Amino acid sequence: MRYAETGFQLEVDLSKGSIEKVETDPRDTALFLGGNGMNAKLLYDRVPPETDPWSPDNLLIFGNGLLNGTYVPGANRVSVDTIAPLNGLMGHSLMGGFFGAEMKMAGYDRIVIRGEAPDLVYLAIHDDKVEVRDAKHLRGKGMYDTQRMIQEELNDKRAWVAAIGPAGENRVIMSSIDCGNSSAARTVGPVMGAKNLKAIAIRGTKDVYIANPAKAWEMCSRLRKRLDENPNVGDWMAVDEDDSFHHNNFSWGNARVRRKTFWSATLEERWRNLKYDHMSRQTGCWNCPKACHNVIHWPGRKRFSYKCYGKDTYHMASFQELDFTYEILGISQNLGLDSYSTPQVIAFGLELLHAGILTEKDFPGMPKDVRARFYYLLDKIAHREGIGDILAHGISGAAAIIGNGAEQFDHNTVKKFEQLPIKLGKLNPAYFLMIATGEDMAITQIEGSFPQDPITDPEMKEEFIAKWTAVPDEKFVEWFRQWEKRDQLPDDAMCAITDWNECMHYLDDSLGFCGFVSSFRGQFGGTTGYDIWIMPEVITHVAGIEFDKDRLWECFERNRTLVRALNNRAGLKRSMERPPEDHWAVRNEEYEQELLTKYYDFKGWTFDGIPTKETLEKLSLGYVAEDLIKRGVLTGNEVTALKDARARKEKE
Amino acid sequence: MKSLPSRTPGPGKRRNKEGGVVVDKNTKKTKIVKDIKVETKKCVGCRACEIACSAFHAVPRYSSVNTTRSRIMVVMDEVRDIFVPIRAGDYTPAECNGRNKYVIDGIEYDECTFCPASCPSRDAFKEPDSGLPLKCDMCESDPPLEQPMCVDACTFGALTYEEREVEVFEEEEQEKLEDLEIVFESLIKKYGKKKVRSTFSRLTKG
Repeated sequence: MRYAETGFQLEVDLSKGSIEKVETDPRDTALFLGGNGMNAKLLYDRVPPETDPWSPDNLLIFGNGLLNGTYVPGANRVSVDTIAPLNGLMGHSLMGGFFGAEMKMAGYDRIVIRGEAPDLVYLAIHDDKVEVRDAKHLRGKGMYDTQRMIQEELNDKRAWVAAIGPAGENRVIMSSIDCGNSSAARTVGPVMGAKNLKAIAIRGTKDVYIANPAKAWEMCSRLRKRLDENPNVGDWMAVDEDDSFHHNNFSWGNARVRRKTFWSATLEERWRNLKYDHMSRQTGCWNCPKACHNVIHWPGRKRFSYKCYGKDTYHMASFQELDFTYEILGISQNLGLDSYSTPQVIAFGLELLHAGILTEKDFPGMPKDVRARFYYLLDKIAHREGIGDILAHGISGAAAIIGNGAEQFDHNTVKKFEQLPIKLGKLNPAYFLMIATGEDMAITQIEGSFPQDPITDPEMKEEFIAKWTAVPDEKFVEWFRQWEKRDQLPDDAMCAITDWNECMHYLDDSLGFCGFVSSFRGQFGGTTGYDIWIMPEVITHVAGIEFDKDRLWECFERNRTLVRALNNRAGLKRSMERPPEDHWAVRNEEYEQELLTKYYDFKGWTFDGIPTKETLEKLSLGYVAEDLIKRGVLTGNEVTALKDARARKEKE
Repeated sequence: MKSLPSRTPGPGKRRNKEGGVVVDKNTKKTKIVKDIKVETKKCVGCRACEIACSAFHAVPRYSSVNTTRSRIMVVMDEVRDIFVPIRAGDYTPAECNGRNKYVIDGIEYDECTFCPASCPSRDAFKEPDSGLPLKCDMCESDPPLEQPMCVDACTFGALTYEEREVEVFEEEEQEKLEDLEIVFESLIKKYGKKKVRSTFSRLTKG
């Protein structure tokens, strides 16, 4: 008997038209949990590094977090993973909402898509009945129409439909996969397009079992109440109208201009009215007592919803105000374009025009007005017409094609992945490590447990520490106590902080927790919904697999290391681990490289950032070590980074 | 918080030999009506009510989640701003021949949005294994709950539990059906007397 998970995955090969329900090994669950962990294992085992991400041999996996579909509050994230055409590394995106729970109730822990359909199709799943259906009539349809039309076709309004829009069909790098109010926004949409898979519709009517019902229910009721009452969890941006933080501190345009005094009380009042005059309601995800999505009904537009910083990206990229985002965001989402990278790509294109690297000829018929220009480029990108066909590669890809100095304007990407538009003064060592090495690519998917800033008032500091139950080890308390200036903590503290931050995200992504009730929310106020102490108890009672803190931490180590090995095998190198050169104004290359070496060493990786044979074997990943040796990525004799650095120095 | 009535019959009532509640004649007859007030504006569509319902009615209690077994369902459409939790009411063997569409504050609600019936026109409120109809029982249990589970799960205040006393006009309340009778009644409704009778006699032969 399997609890929390179903014990089956659905494997569909769109080239062959084969559909298989495959039983999985419960020992893998104990090692990798689910979500991104199991997905990384499948990608490692089945997609060799020579595979072209666009090819039918690449996999697109929708992997449920282990606890999804149960009554654990806030567990609903599906990890959508693939080898990303963006950069050839593991592409990882998270989808909340209801798709995961419905998949569990249909009897599957994950859906593994391989191959490429001869023409556009969609997958219709109702429990054990799985069909590959013709989707030619849906070609070019937006997200909302696709979802509605498929529901009507299946005569099932309760089916959840994850779909790509025209952008995904056209393999735009910034295309997303959307389902209801949730979106797997980054890196995975184009692969769904490459597979000619327009959508997956799913409906389930089976039981998801709980291991220890009475205990689990009592515990989950308690946790639900805690989440409900905890002001530190959920999305503040859904309720707090003071958004001076992003507008005054983040950069506008193509991550270019800071407007430190932009925010004002009158603006806040104006925007508050704009929001509440047009907001239909706020909505939530499966079984979560937080409602983070604002549903906006803008004149002349279909209703759409957004959460978090998605509210700001369009108007900040175009130097407009909130009304512009409300006007354009629903249209962009309907086209199936991610709202984090797309506005930056458009701003990048317009910057190139301004700089004379691109000319008016590249933008035939483009209006003068900046808002109209955004619509113009949105459309060109989604349909890959003219300059849009080039911009559809993302900033790094487009810069490489355009050349002629365009590369200089690609100043805000790491491993080709567009970052949040943050440009600061002094280097922050922990953030340096997170941005350089984090393979979830976006800082919001890496940071979150250790506070961003020290508390200088001694009384407030102690008050914070007294309530800081999430802390996994006393050493973090000591470091926090002695912390006075943002950039001043011992290097080993910076390494450990990075590691703890990453740990909570990796656990969230494999268990299904939303970062807003867990990993992302520890940094503000210290008390988050789920931490390394609570999670083991939840898994034990709900999934029936005995866990404690140390064993769970080891799962994080295993999953993290596996993702690293997968990416090493795909060509990830130390030289690629660099935050944008202008992320901080004041830099110190020598110190940064030293810190990077120390972090690699802390992780049991080589000087080149590859897990050593010993590190892999310790985490039951001996087969990965063997493979890396066979492929010449490792020799098997490597030592960890610090020892290696010392040896290199002596040699010199 | 109001509590559910205890198992002893209320004023003017007694239990008969079979344990059914009978209202004494010549006394003012009242009964407790249990309401769940639904404020659709407050619903966020998290489906916690569905999840709690299915867990509570699982056997053993809380041992599984399956929202198809829930006796409450959120009719949900974000694009049209429709969020209506409905509780399973009575089974009806036939579809309506005339249906209603409601337009409230400019939002057009489909014909079945507010209807609690388990009926042939849709697959809502049917046991996924047997196809038998589901009906909300207000989570009656022993010991009684303070309020039904769906209400308890709704942290947004879209569902509120209320009790009120109303006068009863019937001479005598019908005796409560035994569990087995409820089962047979449902089976007869679904399959007809003849089929149930023949199946029963075949299975109980010898």
